[in-house]
Amino acid sequence: MTIFLFFIVSILIITFSLLVILSKNPIHSVLFLILVFFNTSILFLFSKAEFLAMVLLIVYVGAVAVLFLFVIMMLDINFTKLRKSLLNYLPTGLFVGFIILLELIYVVSQSQLKYIESNSTEYNNISHQILDNTKIIGNILYTDYFLLFQLSGLILLVAMIGAIFLTLRKRVGVKKQNIYKQILQK
Amino acid sequence: MVIPITYFLYLSIIVFTIGLIGVFLNRKNLIIILMSLELILLSANINFVSFSNYYENIAGQIFVFFNLSIAAAEAAVGLAIIVIFFRKKDSIHIDNINTLKG
Repeated sequence: MTIFLFFIVSILIITFSLLVILSKNPIHSVLFLILVFFNTSILFLFSKAEFLAMVLLIVYVGAVAVLFLFVIMMLDINFTKLRKSLLNYLPTGLFVGFIILLELIYVVSQSQLKYIESNSTEYNNISHQILDNTKIIGNILYTDYFLLFQLSGLILLVAMIGAIFLTLRKRVGVKKQNIYKQILQK
Repeated sequence: MVIPITYFLYLSIIVFTIGLIGVFLNRKNLIIILMSLELILLSANINFVSFSNYYENIAGQIFVFFNLSIAAAEAAVGLAIIVIFFRKKDSIHIDNINTLKG
């Protein structure tokens, strides 16, 4: 039953990610990207990563996809003209993609990975039944990976400052209220 | 019934290849190139989570956490660059993006 659900979800992921790169309208691409993230979060639930499934929904669907939608809304572009040259790059893309696909499939098929039927039962009991997934991640993230956690916060701060600095502009002739002038007037 | 890890790996390989072909195919449209990069990062995340489940080691999920934050930062800065590029050039054609120097 689980493997049946897995096949349904993976077929949906592949279909929607093909539609992301092939659809004519970029808004449809963003919506299909949201569907890909939903199905991937279901896939994360199969792998016992409940916290990451929810974080994937919050971060990608709530933040990144909305950011994409805002940017598409602000750009005034006739997107249908851009699709004309799609077929020019199709042979090169298919060639490179096919070669890399074959190489990666060869690597995975030659690997010796089999599913281990939970040989470490003690860890299994401790981690997956008494503590839940969020508590384990918190216990390790704030102790062992504390500096990396701080560093990722710093990277997000730098990205925020960079995005604001890049898109800030002063236009002439815009009516703005001057707060100091407003307060200090009689 | 457990799912074998190779199924996850094959799925992540297919998603990675779709993202790679998407970068090649949508040469004119920078936004869809950024979305293809998100697909590639997502395939890496699928790999991390499935191996974290396989080895019963939580470090893979921690790295997915960092990966998410880096992907969000990359999307924010990339979209800001797209916005200023469109403001200067009135297009998001990737062939003349090298005029954005200075």
